[in-house]
This record gives sequence, structure tokens and C-alpha cells, in this order.
Amino acid sequence: MEITKKPKIKDIPYDEFIDNSSLEELVKELNQGRTNVILGALDDVVNWGRSNSLWPLTFATSCCGIEFMALGAARYDMARFGFEVARSSPRQADMIMVCGTITNKMAPVLKRLYDQMADPKYVIAVGGCAVSGGPFVKSYHVLNGVDKILPVDVYIPGCPPRPEAFYYGMMQLQRKVKIEKFFGGVNKKQKKEQSEE
Amino acid sequence: MEEIKYIEPAALRDEMLRLRNEEKMDFLESLTGMDWGVPTEGDAPGTVRGLGIVYHLESTETHERVALETSTLDREHPELPTVSDIWKTAKINEREVYDFYGIIFIGHTDMRRIYLRNDWVGYPLRKDDDPEKENPLRMDNEETVDETIEIELGADGTIKNKKDLIFGDEEYVVNIGPQHPATHGVLRFRVSLEGEMIKKIDPILGYIHRGIEKMNESLTYPQTLALTDRLDYLAAMQNRHALCMCIEKAVGIEISERTQYIRTIMDELQRIDSHLLYYSCLAMDLGALTAFFYGFRDREKILDIFEETCGGRLTLNYNMIGGVQSDIHPNFVKRVKDFIKYLRGVIHEYHDIFTGNIIAQNRMKGVGVLSREDVISYGATGGTGRASGWHCDVRKRMPYAMYDKVNFKEIIYTEGDSFARYMVRMDEIMESMNIIEQLIDNIPEGEYKVKTKPIIKVPEGQYYQAVEASRGEFGVFLESHGDKYPYRLHYRSTGLPLADIVDTACRGEKIADLITVGGTLDYVVPDIDR
Repeated sequence: MEITKKPKIKDIPYDEFIDNSSLEELVKELNQGRTNVILGALDDVVNWGRSNSLWPLTFATSCCGIEFMALGAARYDMARFGFEVARSSPRQADMIMVCGTITNKMAPVLKRLYDQMADPKYVIAVGGCAVSGGPFVKSYHVLNGVDKILPVDVYIPGCPPRPEAFYYGMMQLQRKVKIEKFFGGVNKKQKKEQSEE
Repeated sequence: MEEIKYIEPAALRDEMLRLRNEEKMDFLESLTGMDWGVPTEGDAPGTVRGLGIVYHLESTETHERVALETSTLDREHPELPTVSDIWKTAKINEREVYDFYGIIFIGHTDMRRIYLRNDWVGYPLRKDDDPEKENPLRMDNEETVDETIEIELGADGTIKNKKDLIFGDEEYVVNIGPQHPATHGVLRFRVSLEGEMIKKIDPILGYIHRGIEKMNESLTYPQTLALTDRLDYLAAMQNRHALCMCIEKAVGIEISERTQYIRTIMDELQRIDSHLLYYSCLAMDLGALTAFFYGFRDREKILDIFEETCGGRLTLNYNMIGGVQSDIHPNFVKRVKDFIKYLRGVIHEYHDIFTGNIIAQNRMKGVGVLSREDVISYGATGGTGRASGWHCDVRKRMPYAMYDKVNFKEIIYTEGDSFARYMVRMDEIMESMNIIEQLIDNIPEGEYKVKTKPIIKVPEGQYYQAVEASRGEFGVFLESHGDKYPYRLHYRSTGLPLADIVDTACRGEKIADLITVGGTLDYVVPDIDR
């Protein structure tokens, strides 16, 4: 039986997100080895909880950080999505939003912050600088894209992105969290000998 | 174009001491490192070559200004005398020059790199240096060194390197940053403590150094504008205004009166925006979260106005060489007037919830006192300088745009403590609204932009232009050799002196007061590091 699992965001129709195909591919890949009924149901429950309380690390190097603060304030109010608990310590954070330019001097510090975070952890690259180097791509002291040192889950382009764009990116991350297998998955199709090889 | 007097390095110190003591040039406005290349045969007599420095000095009494330059031809071991004992701000600026050009300052007590890593190879702003060749991305953690080198000139003319300690082994040093919510960005402090008292602070910069000044050397003039918005993003309008004015002055473009009105109004809106954010962040740092929401609530209204006319919220890209990008939106005048009326109605809430609060007062009054001599010597302009009684407002000192035609007070406090710095900002919001009210009804008809060529060639020369940005004097120093690219474009950072002065402000205070002092000094880190 084909497993079709569509991550839902409350009040936003599934088709309004533009890149559903990559998520569907991910679902397919994750469910290749089939899913245990009980664990699958438990996954859904846990992921529902996790995706609605993603705690970001207060991390900002430049302009995008001010927009991140605007998200926390009254008009955009990220508490509606469960993002409001911004942690100052990486040990307590679920995701890191890389807001701003990462320079050569900052890169080891950022890597260290990422390593200090507890699993499962996610990375969002916010703004042109974190995505690709942005306007500073030719500089001698700028890392051209944070994906060179960290695994990035969601990219939010813009210089800086509007708060609405932040939300779109953060909801994409929520959708990604919703289809994950929190309890892991054993590939039932594979024979025991094969998996030990 | 500016007249810059050349002084031989050997005579530099005597001349500088004379200017400081006899002509009372007590404010070192800007110190710029330069690379004028090696002498060639085609040089006209009097051409300055080699590695050198341009100094801009001003007297705070007479407001006389003078610019000097010096240089050395030795590229292997360039050595110049220091002026860091005459003006305190020279200490950090000379470290910057050492970092970028490798010039060693004799008599300087702390010759370390400031922005780049200690293991960086080469000096990136030299014209013959290829910084990317020998400096791959290093992912190992940077070693923190406690040792520094002091270069002494012996009596017999020999140069001695003396090892010096920043922090001794017995000192208790706490590291704050670069990832810390109270440092307003990626600034790092190493703080030496005696119990709870701060003995010494060593700021470590460069975590957001993007090499904008080097990038400028390979960008055409209209392209260089884009990067100014990203220096101090809370003074995006003013920064860009400064660079536009500098280029317009150099090329000789006349700006229409309508543009001048629009630019002045936009500058002041930006100032209110920045000060509201200042209020929010300071309140949040001190634990008053409600005040944070107040500030951001009203700031969003300014951003709406910006968005309607400029299309952006933060990096606005509005000023252009010869004018502004597009005419103001038809709603602009009405919305600005509505906003001012609204803000005048709610500003008392700010004072009710935070200014009058006994905890806020206790944490700010008498904390981090800076004397007038210190702020001048460190060159800490803006609200910090005015809170210590220094009349440093560029809008009054060197009026530009419409500022000589409007009436406004320069807000001055004399206490020099954190509370005075806070009150300067709060009063400036009111003054900015005054300025806007005088202009908003009288915006004349006319062109909003003068047509310019897509590639602009600036005539040979050196130009300096300053504006009063949200947090101090923002200066642009431009040297052109007649090409379509600038030969050197240096920004006088508003934040660099503020990061430098933290040490003076915090000595003898408690560690918790570092947050208050940092919050009230109001530095923006990307502006410090450039």
C-alpha cells in the first residue's frame, strides 16, 4: 500500500505551498521500508507536538536579526506558531535561524553553537548572506552560504526577508518536522543479513 | 576637494602635539589607512606614495578643521609614529590600520589584529595583497591570546619589542559573547573581574567584518551605495545620504530642493525608528518586556511609511546619486502627519512604564559615567557625546540638506551617565518630530532626481563628508584617482569609538552594569566591523 502522508498546517490549504514535491519525495523515501502502525501513529502525535513548539536560538549577526525581533513583537507575533520561546542557550534550542552574514571568523563559532545543540536540531538559513553570501559574495572574509558548514533544512531568501517570508520558511520547517520518523524506522523489506552487511 | 597637508613621519609627532596643545584640535574625527602604491617614474612632483595615514582633526571650541597625511615607502617593515597617547581613539583606529595595512605604530601599547583572526596571513587592504589566496576558511577555534606587543623607540633610535600582558594569570576573566543576547550582535568582551567589580574590558571585534571597504574598491560608485545600508541598518537612510552627498560634492551635482526636503524628512524618520528600537532593546535588556512591545508597535508604523515609498522595511536603498530612487508616495505626507500626531499622544506611555520606574532609574542613574574629556578624546559622538555635555551634533556643526533652515534644539545633558544617554534619545525623538513638522507641509514641487550617467567618474581628489546618523557622526572619506571605481572609500564608523569606550565607562562598575552601559551606548555591531 502506498503511504501518502501530507503534513498539514492549520488553516492553510496544502496546495498553497509551492514546493510540495520535495516533501512528498522525502515521505516516500522515509516510508520505503514501511511503517509500524503503532509507531507511525505515535510518530504523528509526537511530531504534532514538536512542530508546534520549535524553540529558536537567539542568534543574529546583522540586519535579519532586527526582523527576527520584529517577529517576536506584537504585530507579527510568532507566539501564534509556537516559536516564541527564543532561547539564549544552544542547549535548550531546537533550531538555529542563521540570521545574517557569517564571516570566516564567525564560522567556527557558529559550528560550535550548532554542535552544542541537542538532537533533533534544525537549521534555517535566513537572508541572502546566509543562503549564498548575498551582496558580500565577493568579499575575502565572508562564508558564501552557511550550507558549507551546516546541514540546512530551509532557506529563506531576501535581504532581509519580510516577516511573512520568515513565517513561510518556518512553516515549511514545521511541515518537514511533521513527516519525520521520530522513533526511527526499521526497513522491514530488508532481510536481516542484508542490513548487517 | 579637501586640502590635505603632507607631513614627514619624523616631524609628525611634533606637529600633532602642536595642533593638540596650541590649536586645541582635541577631536580626532577620522583616521584612515592608505596604500598609495610604490613610486613610479611618471609621478608628478609632490605625489605621495607608500603606505600612509590620513588624519582629520577638529577643534571642539573653534570648530576649525584640518586634515593631514603622512606616509612611509618601506613596504617590508612600514613604521610610523603613534598618536594614540594624544587622542585615545587613535589606539583602536591604529590597530585597524595595522590589521588592514600592516603599518606598525611606534609607541603603540597594543599591536594586535582587531578584526581578522590572529593567524590571518597578509594585510587585505594593501593593493598588492590577495587575501583569499593564503586564507582558506579555517574551522579550528581561534586561540585567545593574552599577550600583546608594545613597540618602543629607544633613546638611540633602535626599536624594541616589549611583551605586554592584557590579562595576567592571576586575573579572573569572564568571556561574554560573541553569541550573547545582551551584546546586540556578535561582539565579544573579555572582562576581568575583582569580585563583582569590573577591572578591565577587552573588546574583541571582527565577527561580522565583511571587508566592505575592500569590496568598494572594485565597485562602481552607484554600486557602492548598496553596501552602506548594511553597515548600520538602523541608520540606513543617513549612511546612504552621506555617501551620496560625498559623491555629489565631488562630481558637482546640484540637488533639487525637493530632494533635500525628502532626504531630511527620511533621515529624521529613520532617527525616530532607531531611537524607538533603542528604547525597546534597552528596556528588554533591563528586563522590561512590555516596554519592548510598545517600542516595536510604534516602530512598525514608521516601517509602513518607509515601505510605501521605498519598498523596503530595513535596507531601504532609497537615496541615489543625484536624488532619490522614486518620488514620495501620494499618501506619504498624510501618513507622516498622522504618525506624528499619534506618537505625540502615546510617548507619555513610554515614560510612564519605563523612565519613571524606580528599578530602571536605579540601574541607570550614576552608572557608567563618562566625562566630557573622555568622550571627545575617544571621539564618541552622537547621543553618547551629547549626554556628557559635548556639542557634537553634525547637523549643527556642519549643516547639510535642510538642517540650517529648520529650528531645532541640540539635546545636551551634562551628567554623562546611562540615564542621561537614555534621556538624550527620548528627547531627540521629540526634536525629530519638530523638524519633520516644519518640513512636511512645505515640500516644494520639482524633480526628485537629477539624471546622472550610469557610470560616474569622480574627479581626482580626496573628499570627506559627514552626517549625523542615528548614533553619531558617520563620515565618508573618498579618495578618487579619476576612475569609475573609488581608489579608497573609508567609513568613519559611529560604533567603533563606542565599543572602545565601554572599558572606560565600566571600570569600577558591577558586572551587571555592563549590560546597562552597553545598552545605553547603543552600538550596532555590523557598523563597527564594516
